[in-house]
Amino acid sequence: MALKMVKGSIDRIFDKNLQDLVRGVRSHREDEAKYISSCIDEIKQELKQDNIAVKANAVCKLTYLQMLGYDISWAAFNIVEVMSSSKFTYKRIGYLAASQCFHDGTDVIMLTTNQIRKDLSSPNQYDTGVALTGLSCFVTPDLARDLANDIMTLMSHTKPYIRKKAVLIMYKVFLKYPESLRPAFPRLKEKLDDPDPGVQSAAVNVICELARRNPRNYLSLAPLFFKLMTSSTNNWVLIKIIKLFGALTPLEPRLGKKLIEPLTNLIHSTSAMSLLYECVNTVIAVLISLSSGMPNHSASIQVLYTHTHRLFLKYLGLLAMSKILKTHPKSVQSHKDLVLQCLDDKDESIRLRALDLLYGMVSKKNLMEIVKKLMVHVDKAEGTTYRDELLTKIIDICSQSNYQYITNFEWYISILVELTRLEGTRHGHLIASQMLDVAVRVKAIRGFAVVQMATLLDNTTLLAGSGQHKSICEVLYAAAWICGEFSEHLEDPVHTLEAMLRPKVATLPGHIQAIYIQNAAKLFAAVLNGQQGTPDCQTMQESSQLLIDRLPLFVQSADLEVQERASCILQLVKFIQKLQHKEVEVGEEVTALFAGELNPVAPKAQKKVPVPDGLDLDAWINEPPSESESEDEKPVAVFAEEELRHARPHHTEVDEKELARRREARKQEQANNPFYIKASPTSQKDSTGVEHIPVVQIDLSVPLKVPGMSTSDKYLKLEEERRQRERKERGKKEKKKKKKREKRSGMGRRHDSGPESEEDIAPAHMVDIVTEEMPENALSSDDDEKDPNDPYRALDVDLDKPLADSEKLPVRAHRPTNILKSPADDGEVQEVPKEPKKKSKKEKRDKEEERKVRLLWLRCPNGEIQCTCTKSSKHKKKKQKKDKEKEEKKRKKQHGHSGDREGEESVQNGTLEEEPLPVCDIQGNLQNGSQVVVSIIFENKSTSFLKSMEFNVLDSLNSKLQRPEGSGPHDGLTVPFQLPPGVSNEARFIFSVQSIVMPQRLKGTLTFIVKADDSSTHEKLDFKLHFTCSSYLITTPCYSDTFAKLLESADLKGTSVRLQEVSLPFHHLLAKICFHHHFSVVERIDSCASLYSRSIQGHHVCLLVKYAHQTVTIDAKCDESSLLGNVLEEIKKTFSQS
Amino acid sequence: MIKAILIFNNHGKPRLIRFYQYFAEDMQQQIIRETFHLVSKRDDNVCNFLEGGSLIGGSDYKLIYRHYATLYFVFCVDSSESELGILDLIQVFVETLDKCFENVCELDLIFHMDKVHYILQEVVMGGMVLETNMNEIVAQVELQNRMEKSEFVFISRM
Repeated sequence: MALKMVKGSIDRIFDKNLQDLVRGVRSHREDEAKYISSCIDEIKQELKQDNIAVKANAVCKLTYLQMLGYDISWAAFNIVEVMSSSKFTYKRIGYLAASQCFHDGTDVIMLTTNQIRKDLSSPNQYDTGVALTGLSCFVTPDLARDLANDIMTLMSHTKPYIRKKAVLIMYKVFLKYPESLRPAFPRLKEKLDDPDPGVQSAAVNVICELARRNPRNYLSLAPLFFKLMTSSTNNWVLIKIIKLFGALTPLEPRLGKKLIEPLTNLIHSTSAMSLLYECVNTVIAVLISLSSGMPNHSASIQVLYTHTHRLFLKYLGLLAMSKILKTHPKSVQSHKDLVLQCLDDKDESIRLRALDLLYGMVSKKNLMEIVKKLMVHVDKAEGTTYRDELLTKIIDICSQSNYQYITNFEWYISILVELTRLEGTRHGHLIASQMLDVAVRVKAIRGFAVVQMATLLDNTTLLAGSGQHKSICEVLYAAAWICGEFSEHLEDPVHTLEAMLRPKVATLPGHIQAIYIQNAAKLFAAVLNGQQGTPDCQTMQESSQLLIDRLPLFVQSADLEVQERASCILQLVKFIQKLQHKEVEVGEEVTALFAGELNPVAPKAQKKVPVPDGLDLDAWINEPPSESESEDEKPVAVFAEEELRHARPHHTEVDEKELARRREARKQEQANNPFYIKASPTSQKDSTGVEHIPVVQIDLSVPLKVPGMSTSDKYLKLEEERRQRERKERGKKEKKKKKKREKRSGMGRRHDSGPESEEDIAPAHMVDIVTEEMPENALSSDDDEKDPNDPYRALDVDLDKPLADSEKLPVRAHRPTNILKSPADDGEVQEVPKEPKKKSKKEKRDKEEERKVRLLWLRCPNGEIQCTCTKSSKHKKKKQKKDKEKEEKKRKKQHGHSGDREGEESVQNGTLEEEPLPVCDIQGNLQNGSQVVVSIIFENKSTSFLKSMEFNVLDSLNSKLQRPEGSGPHDGLTVPFQLPPGVSNEARFIFSVQSIVMPQRLKGTLTFIVKADDSSTHEKLDFKLHFTCSSYLITTPCYSDTFAKLLESADLKGTSVRLQEVSLPFHHLLAKICFHHHFSVVERIDSCASLYSRSIQGHHVCLLVKYAHQTVTIDAKCDESSLLGNVLEEIKKTFSQS
Repeated sequence: MIKAILIFNNHGKPRLIRFYQYFAEDMQQQIIRETFHLVSKRDDNVCNFLEGGSLIGGSDYKLIYRHYATLYFVFCVDSSESELGILDLIQVFVETLDKCFENVCELDLIFHMDKVHYILQEVVMGGMVLETNMNEIVAQVELQNRMEKSEFVFISRM
């Protein structure tokens, strides 16, 4: 022992430690990757050593490499080893590495449960601390369930250091295992009164996190927090509590009244800016909740604003404003200029915040003005990201709430057109979808839109020519479609038709060209229809000639869609031309091709279609496809993507009633709100005052100014004029009314025609916003917004209800003692845990059945494997006939190298089959202890030459493909030969196997190059290797006396199985068992025989086979019952197949 | 909750990364690159808050950072954390490093990444703030270091 230690420390001297590694990496700047890969090789060597110090050093270095971006998950097991060291130094290294790289998907985590439990109960507080810290980073639902009780206990540890960590980690436990929240909560609450400030702070932390998600459940804690707030001096705790109160006050207005005073005290006394800010924030929340009931708090608001200004941090000020905005839009809207100023700030964070605010600040009144300012910023903005952000915000602002604030859609279309002039924007899509949306849904605007779009199309060269950023040409997609669909509004359809078929169009992306062609056809139909009946048929002939001249260009297109449409339409036009020469009227027929109107459909419409009676959506229409099939489905994604492109933008649709309801609610709120500035003559000045602001025509050198295009600016002026006119008229009317009224009653009420409130602004022209179609008798449930995956929903539980027995946290107990304690007295309790087991068995059976189906599907009736020929001859598929297998996820990995055992073994014989290419046959050999040799025969059945074959298998926890030193865990092995057509060859691969009691299925791929005469292609073949339990058995001769002794010994556990309707002769049956499952016959008497086999790890398997009346009974014994069970299962399979 | 803590230098070389939510290694590197890109182009006299890291987080998350000489300390947090509070926390963390390393500089972080992690573990645990009292943090770190030393003496005597 001592010698080993000495040897270890000597080794250490020669090992590189972390510092050396860092130094090395720094001195190999040029070939860092190469140096690091050599370091990783060294680390691998170090990890193989027995010395824990060396291992820990290696793991420490790996942690560093992880930071540089290297995957270290392959060393997960070594990390667990280091974690379980008894030395604090190494343990800490192990836990650090684990916390950096373990996650829910790391399979070795399940091995750590007991180690962590041991560390948690360690007498050394730092062992416990380190374990808690590590666990907080990689806790999984399983760990949370198993350890919740241990951590609960630690919450009352004597050392505050442990207590605070235990309290804090409980939040993570709650998230992963929500059932623990109720049982643990009382103790958590206790910790709010802990004498140690650290523990107290941790408890506040956890409860605040919890309350943030579901504040209602924590209202009852308010008095406790109130006490803490007035007593605590820890700023961090205070901030947390104050934030929590901010979330609670909206739910309980009475709380707000109480808060104002202590909060104002804090504001005046604290020196910490962070605390001050949070106080101000919460005061805002309080005031908002109070303002509806309490008369006058303007004084406090004043305090608030002065403080907001004192907080020089504009960013936080804006953030606070956005909170006020949600409930009191008016009070923020008065600061519009301030916010607009912030758009000029050089700090992007501030600009983006301001943009966000603007989104909420717009109204019908100021929309145009705000957007105009934004447009100015768009032109000035440097850097495409910010400009793109501006662009999306403009569109967001305008389109919000179903275009609620847009009064003039002509203006909006012109804004969109102006936006297309932006160079290098990424949001062509967005603009296009807006154009489509508006044109489709606002009927009145179509005429204007079409004219604008036609102009856009006419300028194709400008758009397409503008550089490498192709995104903007998406706009043309919308333009072409609009012109085609609503062609009746076109002024000069022939001209537009010509514009759509210019040769330059062929440089556009395929999907846009396709739209061009389709819509050219629509236009053509419109031209024909328009000219119908006129004596002059020259235009018609000209336009058909135009199509015939131009379309051949697109027929040659490389894009399938374009080509197909073009050739289709070309032929159609040729036919029409023929008819024209015969002077047949075709206009109507051609128009009929495109008859029917497209209606907008609500994005949720599909979801709302009610399920008809008697239709079960969950029932299978066909049997579920096998796994291998599902992999072939990938190409579908191409179409899905395509669909997305055409998908219309999502809107938060609000129907008219809802709108009216909201408006009503807002009015109500404003009426009750003392801070709401009601319409007054002074503010009228403001709104009309816009005209007095000298409007400087900003003529920045806009390079792409398109002549003849409307600019949005003029609409701003027009709109103002229009509104003023309307106001005057209304004023007149009202005056008249007033006069009348005054005449009638002496005391005429004062009634000022103040600035128009929102509702008074009439839209410029009657705009019919078509609502989106919904299916008939749609379900009106609107709760589909909730995200079922929200992890916090599970934590929404009532905490005040007393605990039920079933909710107690699972307590670790040894199962045998459990049984001893309660042998008979309460059978019911024992019944309970059994139930899930049964269920799981049933589930398993179901799964098995499913699997059977799949297997049958794979197999042809005559036992051979079917080949499905798909598409081209190069395509291939490999399927493997396999016996059934059991899932073995939960099995724990057996660690340690089981001693070298000699033996031989044949891994079962699945006939691999695939299409024209290789047929494989697996014959396995076992050389030693835990290794399995798999020989695979590759046969090339195709007519091409195969080379560069690479064989790779996805390792499982239990079985690993042995790869040469230095290659990564996912590298493939090169097959050392090439295959000419019709030739077969054999290759051997070694697998290391840990546990043999369960069958195992490994997925793998074979990649290779197919060399045809003129070309070579890279191909891939997926296959599965099935290691059955029988394949771990070795045919071993055994004498009858040894056999008898074996049977007598008590170690063997027995089981039996019965096979019915076996029509084979008995000796065939025996031969079959011996061949497929590697048994040897010990003795045979009439229709009774004893068989023996041994597993590669030395398990004895004895069978007694009896045969009578077509029924076979097999009594079996083995020292490993699960192994035996699986072998018998496999024997059963063999006979059920034949 | 804190989602991630990143320390990198003026050239974007990571000096310490600590994610409290799982990301694969290549994703982590991408996040570091993106964050560096966002943070490094900002002047020193603009505010210390930043939204819009597209890879990490989403609308609820913010980057809060401080820039010390050659190093950026970036915390990615959600809206339950107070912005200014986190700024103070970064200060506490840096001062703690300064005490533990005696005049900390980038080289200390480069060569003792593990130690920096151990110190950080006493400040933030699993994404939640564990301790804000500097003296307490330093005391715990030192006790643990002493334990490590005593173990090492024990081993070398064997």
